[in-house]
Amino acid sequence: MTLNYLLKRMLGTIPLLLGVSLVLFGVLHLAPGTPMDVYADNPSVSQEALDQMKVALGLDQPLPVQYTKWVTAFFTGEWGYSIRTARPVVTEITERLWPTIILGGSSFFLALLVAVPLGVLSAVRRYSATDYGITFMSFLGISMPVFWLALMLQLLFAVQWRILPSAGMQTIGENSLVDLLRHLALPALILAFANVAGWSRYMRSSMVEVLSQDYVRTAKAKGLPHNKVVYRHALRNALIPVITVVALDFAGILSGAVITETIFAWPGIGRLFIESMNGRDYPVLLALMMLGSFALVVTNVLADLAYAAADPRIRYD
Amino acid sequence: MTELSSPAPVPVRVVRTESPWRRFLRTFVKHKLALVGLGVLVLMGLAALLAPQLTPYTFDGQDLDIIGTPQPPSRIHLMGTDELGRDAFTRVLYGARISLSVGISSALIATLLGTLIGALAGYYRGWIDTLLMRFTDVVLSIPLLPLVILVSGMIRPSVTLLICIIGALGWMGTARLVRGQFLSLREREYVEASRALGGSHGRIMFRHILPNAIGPVVVSTTLAVGSAIMLESALSFLGLGVQPPTPTWGNLLNSASQWLQGAPWLAVFPGLMILFTVLAVNFLGDGLRDALDPRN
Repeated sequence: MTLNYLLKRMLGTIPLLLGVSLVLFGVLHLAPGTPMDVYADNPSVSQEALDQMKVALGLDQPLPVQYTKWVTAFFTGEWGYSIRTARPVVTEITERLWPTIILGGSSFFLALLVAVPLGVLSAVRRYSATDYGITFMSFLGISMPVFWLALMLQLLFAVQWRILPSAGMQTIGENSLVDLLRHLALPALILAFANVAGWSRYMRSSMVEVLSQDYVRTAKAKGLPHNKVVYRHALRNALIPVITVVALDFAGILSGAVITETIFAWPGIGRLFIESMNGRDYPVLLALMMLGSFALVVTNVLADLAYAAADPRIRYD
Repeated sequence: MTELSSPAPVPVRVVRTESPWRRFLRTFVKHKLALVGLGVLVLMGLAALLAPQLTPYTFDGQDLDIIGTPQPPSRIHLMGTDELGRDAFTRVLYGARISLSVGISSALIATLLGTLIGALAGYYRGWIDTLLMRFTDVVLSIPLLPLVILVSGMIRPSVTLLICIIGALGWMGTARLVRGQFLSLREREYVEASRALGGSHGRIMFRHILPNAIGPVVVSTTLAVGSAIMLESALSFLGLGVQPPTPTWGNLLNSASQWLQGAPWLAVFPGLMILFTVLAVNFLGDGLRDALDPRN
């Protein structure tokens, strides 16, 4: 893996992101009407004022010109102002980024911590009751509607038993870590749930494949203890393909937080997205979508790099 | 000496004459969970179709005596009633109609689009392939759920339009899959034979190559039904999909979330329906994968 390769991959993301910007720009112009429609029913806004506003916002220009202007501004860091709050889009988003990173990060590690042992256990005891149990649970996890699970856990923990707060990130006036963790528990658990299901399946099949290989049999034949064979020899190799999947899903966790953050009133970018959707706040929406795509594209590259770093047999040039 | 030169080839012939269809059935029926999944889906579909026969109420019929407060499940209202005095069981049944038809139709649209794009790319290769696959990469680089939310949030679609949106944003996986199949199958002898006989491109693609690539496509279509149902529910749950009073499992959950404390039963049943349906679809897809995989 050379610096050259890294550079090439990074350059390769540019046309991809330009394509994304074109699709998103097109999607925004699918919507019936224009941003000026808010004033259409307002009798005190004259047609003259509307026309002036149109020119000021550049809406009188042809679409290709509008696109070029927007895309150059966007890639030079000019993200414009929020329609709802009139504050810079950059400020709006950076304020909301931290809560999402806390939530996404903790659920990411939680999922990893549960999924890997489950997958290994499932593979080592293949075709046992444990294996079938874990497989069934992961099917359940993949098929679970997160918003419903969120409602049910809210119902149990916040409404019935009253041991966890049902929404928000902090109790007003309280600033302790314990308080944050209590608020974090349910959303992080729910966000982790679907990934545990997917990743443990993947871990299982990867481990099953490695366990059937010659060097594992050799290790067993020379009398190594079972645990040492599984955890020293097999696990390390079985983890390699899992790294790719896990890295690829990281961006997905952030965008999947849209629903969870909305239900738990978690003040992150997912909730900002829904708020902006309801307020038709196009500058914020566009910036969030671009940011989400950027995260997806970058994690794609990182996944490839991590794969090469973990497996010396893989070489890119 | 004639007996010696003709040994009985009976066991070999039995294996050889098993048609792909028989082989598929034999493997498929061994997958118990897939059979259960299929059964659940058939029951679900029947219940949705026969909704008017199964319940004495209509989905927007109100019982004015109990309006204002949701009633818990009872013998006359199996799943209770909502805050407007409507029978929750009836609404779940009618919700199944929308949720299932949105799931199936948009999965079919996605498969059709994906198959077409993948077939063209894999068959023609060259610049057509590059163009189509770069476009696929671009769409795959946009996070799906936010994109679907964005599109349907802006258009506020009807049910038909919603089906088109979910279908139009879900073809990428199928396209990549079909392209891969076409790339390898187009080199086979039977394709060459058809070309030599003067078969048109369309005939080679859809009469000769596609039937041989159908296994993985069937599996991905099945699984797509599950994710489409999930997407529709998520959208309607957020209030951006199918609008009330038309019930779907997603918007039933949306209105139930405001009554979580006083009437939890309103939230329990629609969610269970989504879970069971998607679970059944996933089991069915798993069974189909096992049965259609030529390596088994």
